[in-house]
Amino acid sequence: MILWLLKRLLQAVLVMVAMSIIVFVGLNVIGNPVDILISPDADQAERLRVIAELGLDQPLVWQYVEFLKAALQGDLGNSYVFNQPALQVILQRMPATLELAVIAVGFATLVGLPLGLYAGLRSQSWLAKFLMAGSILGFSLPTFWIGLMLIMVFAVQLGWLPSGGRGETASLFGLQWSFLTADGWRHLLLPALNLSLFKMALIMRLTRAGVREVLPQDYIRYARARGLTEQRVISLHVLKNIMIPIVTVIGIEFGSVIAFSVVTETIFAWPGMGKLIIDSINVLDRPIIVAYLLLIVVVFVWINFAVDVVYTLLDPRVRLGQKGSAR
Amino acid sequence: MTPVPDQPPTPTAGPIGGPIGGATRGPWVRVARDFARSPLAMTALVVLALVVLAAVFAPLLTPQNPYDLMQLDIMDGMLEPGSPSAAGGYTYLLGTDDQGRDLFSAILYGLRISLSVGVVSALVAALVGASLGLFAAYVGGRTETAIMRIVDLQLSFPSILVALMILAFLGKGVQNVVLALIIVEWASYARTARGTALVESRREYIQAADCLGVPMRRIIFRHLLPNCLPPLIVMGTIQVGRAISLEATLSFLGLGVPVTEPSLGLLISNGYQYLLSGQYWLSFYPGIALLVTIVAINLVGDQFRDVFNPKGRG
Repeated sequence: MILWLLKRLLQAVLVMVAMSIIVFVGLNVIGNPVDILISPDADQAERLRVIAELGLDQPLVWQYVEFLKAALQGDLGNSYVFNQPALQVILQRMPATLELAVIAVGFATLVGLPLGLYAGLRSQSWLAKFLMAGSILGFSLPTFWIGLMLIMVFAVQLGWLPSGGRGETASLFGLQWSFLTADGWRHLLLPALNLSLFKMALIMRLTRAGVREVLPQDYIRYARARGLTEQRVISLHVLKNIMIPIVTVIGIEFGSVIAFSVVTETIFAWPGMGKLIIDSINVLDRPIIVAYLLLIVVVFVWINFAVDVVYTLLDPRVRLGQKGSAR
Repeated sequence: MTPVPDQPPTPTAGPIGGPIGGATRGPWVRVARDFARSPLAMTALVVLALVVLAAVFAPLLTPQNPYDLMQLDIMDGMLEPGSPSAAGGYTYLLGTDDQGRDLFSAILYGLRISLSVGVVSALVAALVGASLGLFAAYVGGRTETAIMRIVDLQLSFPSILVALMILAFLGKGVQNVVLALIIVEWASYARTARGTALVESRREYIQAADCLGVPMRRIIFRHLLPNCLPPLIVMGTIQVGRAISLEATLSFLGLGVPVTEPSLGLLISNGYQYLLSGQYWLSFYPGIALLVTIVAINLVGDQFRDVFNPKGRG
C-alpha cells in the first residue's frame, strides 16, 4: 500500500513537471515572447538589450531551468496589468472562485442526490421520467447560455436578483467572503445555480443508475424480508452502497467546476480566478496566464491524487485491480 | 454529415449484423430499422436534418447576406422580432442587431460555422484517436502503455481547460479552434477504440488474419476498424454535439472564432451586451438554435447507443 502510494505520488510529480514543460514550451515557442514584451517601435539595440535582460538569448533548456527555479520559489513574474507578482494576483482571487465552486457543488449534491434517489426508486412514475428527460437537457444546454437566460429572467425581467458582482463581503480568517452576508448570498445564488446545473444532472443520473443497480440485489431483498422499514432500507442499505462512486465523482468534478467557473465568472462578473484568466488572455498578460495554468495543473493533479487515494481506501476491490494493465 | 448510416452492407461487420434477425439485406438496414423504432429519435433526426439543410442552403433561405455591408440598412438597427424592414419587402422575423443585420439570416450563417467546426473537428479527431487507439490495442506492450497514459492524463483535465490552454498559446481563429477541439477530443476516441479493439483482437478472425501474414495496416483498417465502428459512431455523434457546444463557449469567451466569421456562440456573445437593456432577442434566438441542434444530436446519439447495444435498453 505504501509502495503504491509512493508510486502514485511520483506519477503526480511527473505529471506536474510534464505540464510545466508544455506550458513553458507552448508559450515560448509557439508564441514569440519578444513580440509581446517589446513595443513594436523599439529599435534593434533596444530589442537586443531586452532579450539579453530577460535571458531569451539563452538555450531553451537553460531558460526552462531558470523558469522552474523561479517558479518553485513562487516567483512567476509580475503581471503587466496589475504590476504585482502574478501568483499574488491570482491567489487574491482564489477565495471568490473556491466559494462559488463549493456552493455550486453543494447545490448539485443537495438537489441531485434526492432527485436521483426518487427517480431510481420510482423509475416508472411520470415525474421520474420527466426528471430524466430534464437531465438530458441539463447535459445539452451550454452553460453560458443558461447563465444569460438566468440573468435575463431573474435580473432583467423580474429584477429579483443582481446580475453580477460579489456584493457585500465579510471577513473571515483575513479573507473576504460573500456567503457571510445576506447581500452576498443574493449575488451568489444565480452564478452558483448556473455552475451547478450540469453537475446536478450528472449526480442525479449517477444516483439513479446506482439505485437501480442496487435494488434487485439479494441483501436489499433480505433487508426487506427482515421487515425493516423502507426508510431504513433506503438510508442504510441503498445509500451506503451507492455512495462510493458518487463521492468520487463529486471529488473529481470539483476540479471541473473550478475550470468551468471561467465561463460563469465571466457572465456574472464574479471577480474570481476564471474571470481573471479570460481578461488576461485577452490583453496577453503572460505572467498571469502562465501562473494560472501552472496553478490549475497543480490543483488538478492533487485533486486526482486525493480522489485516487480515498477511492482505494474506500473500495478494496480497486487495489486488486492495480495489478492489471494500465486502464 | 448526418449520421445516417449509408455505407454499403459490409459482410465483415459481425457484432452488429448477421442474418439472425431475419435481415438478409445487411446490418445497416437492421440498424436503420431499429433506429426508427423510437419516435423521439426519429423526430430528433428530422430536426437535425432540417438544421443541416438550413445551414447548407442559408443563402437561399435568408432575405439578406448578413455579412455583406451593402445589404444592411443602419436605419433598421435594433428592431424587435417581427418588425418590417424600413425599405419594405421583408420582415425581420427575429429582429435585428445594432447594425440593422437580420438576426434570422445571421443565425443561419452562424449555424454553418458552428456545424462545420463541430463536424470537421470531430471527424479528424475520430480519425486520429481511433487510429491510435486501434494501434495501441493491436501492438500492445510499451507503445500501448505510452499512448494510453497520454490519454488518461488528458482526460483527467476538463475539456474547457485544455482548449483554453491551447488557445492561450495559439490565439484565436477558426483553424486554431478546430485544432484545439481536435486535441481535446482525440483522447476519448482513442480510449473507446482501444477498449473495443482489445475485445475484438482476441477473436478468431483477427488471429486467422495474423496467421495468414496479412500486413498490420490492413488488419487494423480492414478487419479491426469495421468491427469497432458501432461504439465509435455513438461516440462520434455525441462528440459533434460537445464540439459545437465547446466552440460556442470558447467563442463566447472571446477566444474562439474571429468577428468576421461569427458562429452561434459569438452571436450570443454580441447580444450579451444588450441583454441588460432589455434587447433579449440578440442572445435568446441564437441560443435556441444552438440548443435545438445540440439536443437533437444528443438524442440521435442516445438512440444509436441503444441500437448498437441492446443490453442497455430499458
